[in-house]
Amino acid sequence: MTLDAKIPSGPIEQAWAKACFDMKLVNPANKRKHSVIVVGSGLAGGSAAASLGELGYNVKCFCFQDSPRRAHSIAAQGGINAAKNYPNDGESVFRLFYDTVKGGDFRAREANIYRLAQNSGAIIDQCVAQGVPFAREYGGSLTNRSFGGAQVSRTFYARGQTGQQLLLGAYQALERQIHAGTVKMIARTEMLDLIVIDGKARGIVARNLITGKLSVHIADAVLLASGGYGNVYYLSTNAKGSNVTANWRAYKRGALFANPCFTQIHPTCIPVSGEYQSKLTLMSESLRNDGRIWVPKKKGDTRSPDQIPEEERDYYLERRYPSFGNLVPRDVASRNAKAMCDAGYGVGKSGLGVYLDFSESIKRLGEKTVRERYGNLFDMYQRITDENPYKVPMRIYPAIHYTMGGLWVDYQLQSTIPGLFVLGEANFSDHGANRLGASALMQGLSDGYFIAPYTVSNYIATNKFEKVDESHDEVKSAVSAVEQKIAKLLSIKGTRTVDSFHRELGKIMWEHCGMARTAEGLKEAIGMIRALREQYWKDVTVPGSGDDLNESLEKAGRVADYFELAELMCIDALDRNESCGGHFREEYQTSEGEAQRDDEHFSYVAAWGYRGDDAAPELNKEPLEFHYVHPSQRSYK
Amino acid sequence: MSNAGVLPQPASPVTFWQSTNGKKIVMAVTGCIMFLFVTGHMLGNLQIYDGPARLNAYGHLLHSLGEILWIIRGVMALTIILHFTATIQLALATNRARPVGYSRKESINSSYASRTMYWSGPIVLAFVIFHLLHFTVGAIHPHAQFVEGDVYGNVVAGFQVWYVSVWYIIAVSLLGLHLSHGISSMFQSVGLAHPRISPLLKFAANAIAAVIVLGYISIPISVLLGIVK
Amino acid sequence: MKLTLKIWRQKNVDAKGAFVRYPVDDVDPEMSMLECLDVLNETLILKGEEPVAFEHDCREGICGSCGFMINGEAHGPEKATTTCQLTMRHFKDGDELTLEPWRAKAFVFVKDLVVNRRAFDHIIEAGGYVSVSTGQAPDGNTILVGKEVADTSMDAAACIGCGACVAACPNASAALFTGAKITHLGTLPQGEPERERRALGMVAQMNAEEFGSCTNIGECSAACPKEIPLEVIANMNRDYVCASFRRRDDLPTPVTPGS
Repeated sequence: MTLDAKIPSGPIEQAWAKACFDMKLVNPANKRKHSVIVVGSGLAGGSAAASLGELGYNVKCFCFQDSPRRAHSIAAQGGINAAKNYPNDGESVFRLFYDTVKGGDFRAREANIYRLAQNSGAIIDQCVAQGVPFAREYGGSLTNRSFGGAQVSRTFYARGQTGQQLLLGAYQALERQIHAGTVKMIARTEMLDLIVIDGKARGIVARNLITGKLSVHIADAVLLASGGYGNVYYLSTNAKGSNVTANWRAYKRGALFANPCFTQIHPTCIPVSGEYQSKLTLMSESLRNDGRIWVPKKKGDTRSPDQIPEEERDYYLERRYPSFGNLVPRDVASRNAKAMCDAGYGVGKSGLGVYLDFSESIKRLGEKTVRERYGNLFDMYQRITDENPYKVPMRIYPAIHYTMGGLWVDYQLQSTIPGLFVLGEANFSDHGANRLGASALMQGLSDGYFIAPYTVSNYIATNKFEKVDESHDEVKSAVSAVEQKIAKLLSIKGTRTVDSFHRELGKIMWEHCGMARTAEGLKEAIGMIRALREQYWKDVTVPGSGDDLNESLEKAGRVADYFELAELMCIDALDRNESCGGHFREEYQTSEGEAQRDDEHFSYVAAWGYRGDDAAPELNKEPLEFHYVHPSQRSYK
Repeated sequence: MSNAGVLPQPASPVTFWQSTNGKKIVMAVTGCIMFLFVTGHMLGNLQIYDGPARLNAYGHLLHSLGEILWIIRGVMALTIILHFTATIQLALATNRARPVGYSRKESINSSYASRTMYWSGPIVLAFVIFHLLHFTVGAIHPHAQFVEGDVYGNVVAGFQVWYVSVWYIIAVSLLGLHLSHGISSMFQSVGLAHPRISPLLKFAANAIAAVIVLGYISIPISVLLGIVK
Repeated sequence: MKLTLKIWRQKNVDAKGAFVRYPVDDVDPEMSMLECLDVLNETLILKGEEPVAFEHDCREGICGSCGFMINGEAHGPEKATTTCQLTMRHFKDGDELTLEPWRAKAFVFVKDLVVNRRAFDHIIEAGGYVSVSTGQAPDGNTILVGKEVADTSMDAAACIGCGACVAACPNASAALFTGAKITHLGTLPQGEPERERRALGMVAQMNAEEFGSCTNIGECSAACPKEIPLEVIANMNRDYVCASFRRRDDLPTPVTPGS
């Protein structure tokens, strides 16, 4: 099947305006009669729920946390990009578009990215109006910084807590609508299945995490904004609760899963300290603006960093990429760190780390300025590692951070199931094979504030909705499937904990489907995952019952889905015989060790369809066409 | 939980009083009035060092105010009643706010004074009642004859009883403790605080409280030591 | 190192709770408090016992999910640190740690160390926002905000809504939380038009949720992992006094507590 993304014809600059004009509208008086379910309350979900509530729809918003304010968007540190060109440094919608297409290594849809760049300015305006305390100049205007390798300063930020502040803006807008009665917030509730009736997404089955009660929610449209699936690796910078379950259920109900192997490894995380490690902590990428990355020139050098003289240090990024230096994109920085450690130059107890050194910046700018810029990050580093980064270089190592893949959506953000819209990190759409820094917040809010409210309205205006209630056969079967799965997990009573399986799965994935992949390794991984999954369903133990707060049970269901997803990720990675962005196949690299794309054969979106638990998934392709940014070998030399 | 607060609440004196914030503001204002009274009272008392004539003249002056004295007394009574009522109600609200207590709870920042307001207040109130009966009405005046109008004589005679003086010193010290938190707290309650000024205010509150305590207790000590007789 | 964890175990709000002592061997000083509980839970699960329920999500100190009393202090002994970032190196071999949930009537008990903090959402719902719908915003730079003003606002906006302020307050007051939002928005020009409405609405809701009163003693601010200054409470009080004296009648309707 070739997929149609329904991109409007004509010049890209007018595509979104044209699409908006072509959309049907819902009579204002009728909006409250239409119901919309939003799963997830992060930047995409929270902003969509609030905006749809403002329009007058009858919205139900779900989150698994105790409050919508805790969604993991809150952890984004660095900032949000926007094509405002306030610093007068040559920024434009077209440049942001160009950089994003290129940064994504030409594996994303041009029209989507152009729209994203067009919306970027309005996002900042909206957030400022909501009271997001962005950093300011003394004169009172908004200030910008360069971020993640961009050569213009287009990143807006609120200290090191930009995600938090943007999320609180969306959360406040959401609370306002909750108060107005347009949005009903259902917290501590997890979506466990999608209800599809007559080919349309019509609702969800959800479980109250406190009482264990299952409930059915019917609506005219369902929006998934449930985030990414980085936790398939067990250790990632994602929140512990972040999971793929909502997306995976949609996949199993017929939505396509696109580019699952496109995962992003963030270069600046605090290295793993031991077996007990439960998650990895990200240090904002902005640190690379003033920090210099190096390793000792001598293998296995165990001297403390201050004992290693300047000439015995290898500033490998500056050496290999003179024009971008320490600011190369994330995938490049990560891969180089791994290569250095694999070759034996790594630092720290585990040898899995490289130095990020601020001594020169402190000398040049003074400790005060450095403290002003990164004080909270330095404090956090010291809190975790007990080392003072003003005195000793930080140790960093790459970690799984973001997943570009996700449910396939068309230009309207609609999946292949009509009425099922997917927003934010949960969809696959805008970042291609590698996401640029400070772009995730932009995409989540663009989807939620400015795209979904239009496209969902259009869907509602152009469809008829039969009345459905809980007695419908599809509803009953969905509920009973969920019940059975929960009962099954509780009944195994094996000998291993959910976490021990999850950790093992994570190791397989990190080893074979992480920063560098090979056909052989992926094949091996598929076998290992299948074997482990089989063992899981025989030997996992889930204590307690299904009728109260039982985190082990929640995790058990999520890990079960991760097994299936992990296999699909490996299948996708194996199928994509090229290297692009975060997907690095060792067989496909340039003589200089850079990712070697194969545009002739792989310039498409790989959207996988579910065909049964034991059947191989079906590959559907959406060819990618580049009319404005000509694919070229990315070079950051 | 009840359905308290479901009705719309336009701002009114009633809702103001019903809110914990409103009560705290009432406490701040009444506390401030009492603080001013205590300061004035102390300055009046210190005239004892100027001899009986001066102090008795001062006492006479106060008594000659007539209705004005009664207005002042009325205001003070109302002030105490409001301060006390608000305290009781807030204390009850506090008990309701944490029905299950901690098995272990450390105080990491608060001063001893701030944590003991609920105790120092009532003890000082009890003292005030005793004090009025002792020196104003003369109903309780152990080991000595209360002489209406002879303020100086009454004070000296009163304080020569060691346990009266000790009780006075303890009560006034507690008042000082109460004030050392109250003087800075009242600014916070009515919304006057600034990161630069608040620490100064805390220091000033302690200093002022100390001066007040020293001013007051110097009198019984002087009497006991025989400096004032 | 070896530690003993003395943990409050209670199955649900109606059940009777009690402290249970658990020895934990092999505590690595680099572990976080929550990882230490993970280790304990793994052993409990394998023994067929129910693991200790505790709230957590981001584990990097920003989501505000985690938090309980550790030896009588909210989030434990380290300043400006959430429970998830509290490493075990701050304790000594052989220590006994008492872990207890936040205690407040407004924080309805759920299980073990988990409580419900919906009351905070209700306070925000009662006015903790700028009423601007999507699409109404002027260009970001048309609203000028001085750097100092933006910084003051950001200091207050850093609140993560963890509830440590309520937990640490002897009166279980939510003044620091409420004051932080009132200060965040009230300091900015964007928040000015609704300033009085916001103060009246949020204060009314805070009281309706049956949080205790503020006695200005500063335990909240000292326990706050984001070091929200005590001045935010004064700001709330000031806005509340001013608003009360102007007597507005068109207030937001408080929501039913506990819903």
